[in-house]
Amino acid sequence: MKIIVCIKQVPAKDAPLAIAGNWIKESDIGFEMNEPDSYALEEALRLKEKHGGEVIALSMGPERVKQTIKEALAKGADRGIHVVDDNFAQLDPLGSAKCLAAAIQKEKADLILTGLQSDDHGFGQTGVLLAALLDLPHATIIMAIEVADGKMKLKRELEAGWFQHLECPLPAVLSIQSGINKVRYATLKGIIAAKKKEIAAMKRESLGVSIEATQKIEKIYVPTKTKKTEFLTGTPKEVATKLVEKLKFEARVI
Amino acid sequence: MKILVVSELRQGKWNNASFETLAAAQQIAKATASAVSAVVIGKGVAPFAGELAVKDVAEVLLVEHDLLDAYTADGYCVALKQVMESAKPDLLLFPHTYQVRDFAPKLAAMLGKGMIGDCIGYRNEGGKLVFVRQMFQGKTAADVTFAGAAPWFASFQSGAFRADLLAAHPSGKAPVNSVSVSLSAAQIRTKPLDLFKEAKSAVDLTQAPLIVAIGRGIKAPENIPQAEALAKALGGEIAASRPICDEGWLPMERQIGSSGQTVAPKLYLALGISGAIQHVVGMKGARTIVAINKDANAPIFEIADYGVVGDIFEIMPALTEALEKSKSS
Repeated sequence: MKIIVCIKQVPAKDAPLAIAGNWIKESDIGFEMNEPDSYALEEALRLKEKHGGEVIALSMGPERVKQTIKEALAKGADRGIHVVDDNFAQLDPLGSAKCLAAAIQKEKADLILTGLQSDDHGFGQTGVLLAALLDLPHATIIMAIEVADGKMKLKRELEAGWFQHLECPLPAVLSIQSGINKVRYATLKGIIAAKKKEIAAMKRESLGVSIEATQKIEKIYVPTKTKKTEFLTGTPKEVATKLVEKLKFEARVI
Repeated sequence: MKILVVSELRQGKWNNASFETLAAAQQIAKATASAVSAVVIGKGVAPFAGELAVKDVAEVLLVEHDLLDAYTADGYCVALKQVMESAKPDLLLFPHTYQVRDFAPKLAAMLGKGMIGDCIGYRNEGGKLVFVRQMFQGKTAADVTFAGAAPWFASFQSGAFRADLLAAHPSGKAPVNSVSVSLSAAQIRTKPLDLFKEAKSAVDLTQAPLIVAIGRGIKAPENIPQAEALAKALGGEIAASRPICDEGWLPMERQIGSSGQTVAPKLYLALGISGAIQHVVGMKGARTIVAINKDANAPIFEIADYGVVGDIFEIMPALTEALEKSKSS
């Protein structure tokens, strides 16, 4: 199976965010692989180990994104594709998906995987949009994949504890639910092997995709509080005593 | 402007988020002098269309087809595209459910349009609609507007609008109009199979009056007994946000949030939980919320009644001790 995994690089989870207009200041913060995408990568690697084939890590963004592609290669992806775009954060979901779809189209993959959503924009649309643009069947929030006879049996998560099985032909696009598997760490051997693996870089403009914005983030800001929070301060012991008193005599919940 | 609300049924019952979205549509319509219609999709769903017709809507569109009995993304997109061709809505509003996430962006893309998903509110700025959604896992809010011509697509997070504010029809009942759609089995590429629940969970968190919930801040599975000791001293149940259950540190049945259980206990004590929207929708109905987190900017503090900015590993044992002392006194 030839599997393409779409991986986004996002600000590190504990990075202090300094807002700048409709995005954040990128200097002075660390970036990492979007956690939901790491589950998609792991699932791709497991499918390859079971059925053979190739795993391609596809990412889009500025130069720094190369580091995240290298991480995917170190974990076991065979090669990488980097769509280079310094202005990536300003693209809307449809615009990003069009570029990714153009890069995917050159590859004729059997399966395209994405994570559920990104931890920065959080649109959660990329997989579904890729399916629409590539005219492929798709399924989302996938918790298990079994491949047999050119098709897949999938377990899809629904809300409120429900699941559903469904059958999906190949090729297809799946967005993977976080927690589907246990993500591996890169081994030293993997890191060394990754150095020899190819990352094909292409400028976004070279894909020949015309992008027209369908939506615009006007600004981002720290949300206004809707509830008045009473903050308790002091040593841990003082805070604990105060909290128990509040819960007992003010909130009357214990 | 013509607003069309795409309602959702789940296994032959309403998904209540449909009413919240209809309430949102009514408010937007009032602010922008627009008309609201709603669409009901499925097979044998005419009674549901009748239920919507008594709400303040211009009309209810009823889309029925044998192939729409079970949800498929392909089936819904093919059918709704035809509905749009006849109804010509400017703005389509959806509840932000797992099902909507699965098909609505595709429907928009088939028309070359975009969707602003997972909104928590809107503003009308001189006739221009500004949608508010969260970014960076709830750490920031974003104002988002549509670019380009209608139709536009947006979805609202569950709990963002109140279904009980839904206005009734002023003169009894709106017309229910059937829309026939042509759909063939060959157009539906995925085959939905059985619906099921995993092994019945031993614990029903929805019934627990006191809940101690842990998030990423717990750092390692070795630290969970400290939170469990606190839950025991409180006489409550232990629960967690999604990442903890994804890691397998607590079973999935202990997960609170959009993909887990929705709870409304007397007390919800959130330890090291940042408060991403996916978690918050599952617990914001709690009567009293206490948040303990080392990050003073964590979004969980937006909904907390009591907050402690500090190290949970220092506060958990102190709180356990204080609770035990208060019980014995």
